[in-house]
Amino acid sequence: MSDHPSTYTPATGIEKWLDARLPIVRLAYDSFIDYPTPKNLNYWWTFGGILSLCLGVQIITGIILAMHYTANADLAFDSVERIMRDVNYGWLIRYVHANGASMFFFAVYIHMFRGLYYGSYKAPREVLWLLGCIIYFLMIATAFMGYVLPWGQMSYYGAVVITNLIGAIPIVGPSILTWLQGGFAVDNPTLNRFFSLHYLLPFVIAGVVVLHVWALHVTGQNNPTGVEIKSKEDTLPFTPYATVKDGLAMIFFLIVFSIFVFYAPDAMGHADNYVKANPLQTPSHIVPEWYMLPFYAILRAVPDKLIGVLLMFAAIAVIFALPWLDTSKVKSMRYRPVMRWFFVLFVLTCIGLGWCGGQLPTDMVFSLTNDKHGNPIGLSVVLLSQILAFYYFAFFLLIMPWIGLKEDPLPVPASISEAVLASHNKKKG
Amino acid sequence: MSEPENGGGQDPNRRDFIYIAAGAGAAGAAAMVAVPLIGQMNPAADTLALASIEYDLSKVEEGMQAVVKWRGKPLFVRYRTKKEIADAKAVDVKSLRDPQTDAERVKAGHEQYLVLIGVCTHLGCVPNFGTGEYGGWFCPCHGSEYDTSGRIRQGPAPKNLEVPEYSFLSDTKIKVG
Amino acid sequence: MSAFMTKTLKIVAGLTVAFTLTVGTQALANSGGAKEPEDHGFTFEGPFGTFDQAQLQRGYKVYREVCSACHGMHLMSFRNLGQKGGPFYDPKYKNPNDNPIVKQIASEFEVTDIDPDTGDDIQRKATTSDRFPSPFRNEEAAKASNSGAVPPDLSVITKARAGGANYVASLLAGYQDAPAGLKIGDTQHYNPYVHGSLATQWTGDPHHVPQGGVLAMPPPLVADKVTYDDGTKATLKQEAADVAAFLEWASDPHATERKQMGFAVIAFLLVLAGLTYAAYRQVWRGKH
Repeated sequence: MSDHPSTYTPATGIEKWLDARLPIVRLAYDSFIDYPTPKNLNYWWTFGGILSLCLGVQIITGIILAMHYTANADLAFDSVERIMRDVNYGWLIRYVHANGASMFFFAVYIHMFRGLYYGSYKAPREVLWLLGCIIYFLMIATAFMGYVLPWGQMSYYGAVVITNLIGAIPIVGPSILTWLQGGFAVDNPTLNRFFSLHYLLPFVIAGVVVLHVWALHVTGQNNPTGVEIKSKEDTLPFTPYATVKDGLAMIFFLIVFSIFVFYAPDAMGHADNYVKANPLQTPSHIVPEWYMLPFYAILRAVPDKLIGVLLMFAAIAVIFALPWLDTSKVKSMRYRPVMRWFFVLFVLTCIGLGWCGGQLPTDMVFSLTNDKHGNPIGLSVVLLSQILAFYYFAFFLLIMPWIGLKEDPLPVPASISEAVLASHNKKKG
Repeated sequence: MSEPENGGGQDPNRRDFIYIAAGAGAAGAAAMVAVPLIGQMNPAADTLALASIEYDLSKVEEGMQAVVKWRGKPLFVRYRTKKEIADAKAVDVKSLRDPQTDAERVKAGHEQYLVLIGVCTHLGCVPNFGTGEYGGWFCPCHGSEYDTSGRIRQGPAPKNLEVPEYSFLSDTKIKVG
Repeated sequence: MSAFMTKTLKIVAGLTVAFTLTVGTQALANSGGAKEPEDHGFTFEGPFGTFDQAQLQRGYKVYREVCSACHGMHLMSFRNLGQKGGPFYDPKYKNPNDNPIVKQIASEFEVTDIDPDTGDDIQRKATTSDRFPSPFRNEEAAKASNSGAVPPDLSVITKARAGGANYVASLLAGYQDAPAGLKIGDTQHYNPYVHGSLATQWTGDPHHVPQGGVLAMPPPLVADKVTYDDGTKATLKQEAADVAAFLEWASDPHATERKQMGFAVIAFLLVLAGLTYAAYRQVWRGKH
């Protein structure tokens, strides 16, 4: 916390010399050793650390892959296969990078839902939340461009579908589209610039992560009670308490990661991406990577192209506005008996939208009967997407402001240490 | 920030003008630098130079379709059956999302040949022929359906499949672009 | 309002989960218009599965004598056949380029090269470092010889098809006569395992469109199409399974190494997790 005085005392002569010139050891000590963390943080709070691990893994494996990859439409597919077959440990590094993207998103979604449940976006942490949203947006952009690089069928048509979204903008859309693609279709110039940006953006993300952590250390961490730190009783120093807990969680995360990399490395990919891109033949079923499916479902829920595109971007934009949509005085949904059930529905909605995004647009969820033309009558994927997309937006724009005013929250503990003591006594019986 | 001394006895308006002019110059310089930095992303000369192509229609049999690559996009050249032409003409133009008669989409005297850019007007996928309810093309990405004239009939696409600029050099040869 | 509303919301959430599970299972059961590939019980399946070298050798023979007439494998070099885990790997020759069987196989092929003295195109014997020669000079030639359908490259085919090796083997041995009522062209062949929609070619009851689809490849394998060197009886199913196993190895040549490394990595992480948990208990004692 900002009012937390530095307790670092340089021990050796060299440390003293450096501390007077560039107090970098002091910064590290105050941020990661003596930094006071709420003593009641649960395992959902370990995903921040896990995410920094993910970013590190992606940057390191990415730099290595770039040493062997060729960003050229004729050579890209074969150069990736050469990494898989001939480069020493190439298959390992590529599988870690490809599955790492999925693990990164898995972790970031848990991190975001945790922030949502415990009200970590509420004052004074609005800027912290906004920086997180920017990181998430940059992650989507980076992942999308990275998926194009192997130049398989899904890479190619993913790039085609997403860049064409820009073409929906009236008047200037087509010119921007040509500018973005560097030609009249997705082709070699598009691949080249995506490679350049895919290499750049992770470092931009790392920069915003520094700001995110800075903002976190100004306000201090939120905690499961949502009650701010009141005294020294409420906290424990970051090291060893948070470090060992984060470390343990990271190891379990790495075990799950390893199961994917070593035993199901292509489970989260798509078979069509092992077919080299062919601009003249569209695969019969185009799906983005799983972490983008909810947004894809929202895009397809609307028959109008422009409105679909706008809604899809609005679905991301509304997350940015969250701190100003929640009217509740209580942060944590632990003490919000009504809101927490809307939260559960919201999580299910996101999963449901993800499922819809993976289906064919003409599919039926179930059909009760057929009409006289033989067309099924029942719940179509499009209709289900529309219902779920409505709830997605209603959750932010109607339920958040309204329930916050109407709900009677449960009594909130006076301090973190009181809450910890209470749960301790309860466990004892 | 403290105001500098009013040195040299200059009047404040003149001083402000100099600051504003210098600031505007710097902004102008930044804008001028941005022109090449942004403009380089537009299609390069070799990309723009993609020439027009000639295509020999005798290779396409009745009821078949050839796919040719043109400017990096697929070009459909379809020899339509009598039934397909009749179906296309029978449609009530007023009922269409993007109203166009079949005659506007083919060359007079060559109604059997339909030349289209095979890119769905929704999000750019390549539609397949022969599936879908309207006897024409069906886009596998988001389910847009086109009729035997390549006009949008159902699904999210806003426009008909685009007919490129082309002309008949002879009865069996066209020049596209 | 809390009590009533909480109850309602709980019910809604519960119903949503129940609904999702029901629909999910129903959707899974209905998925795809193609027949589910048969399970061939390949030796390489599962976390401890490894390739059966004799099967890979048989599979290579099927590829070489049948498939390679139309299908290239442009990512494969002859040396790959003798690398660790490959069909002709011999521990005596760590460097596959020294393996006499691999050398022998390579020398049976001719590849195009340029004469360094004259600059003319010449044909020379292939070496172990050459790639498998392609059956067609270019894509246009492949198209022209196969009524418009280019035979796909088989280098990564089992990864490029949902269902993998089981799908490839099922398809190769699964050709059937087209059901009555299905209009198919002269160059089309009906196969129940192929993904595709037959609705437009089906003249029968629209509610009972047959499973599967059509493909341009005629049935490539029949019983005794090849004669196996190891005396295995060359039934249609055996040939299909063998070549599918070979293609699976070619698609993912490091699979065995990957699984072995995974076992070590996960075992290590589990031990580390135990140690870290002990440290965690020690550090947090009395602080909870």
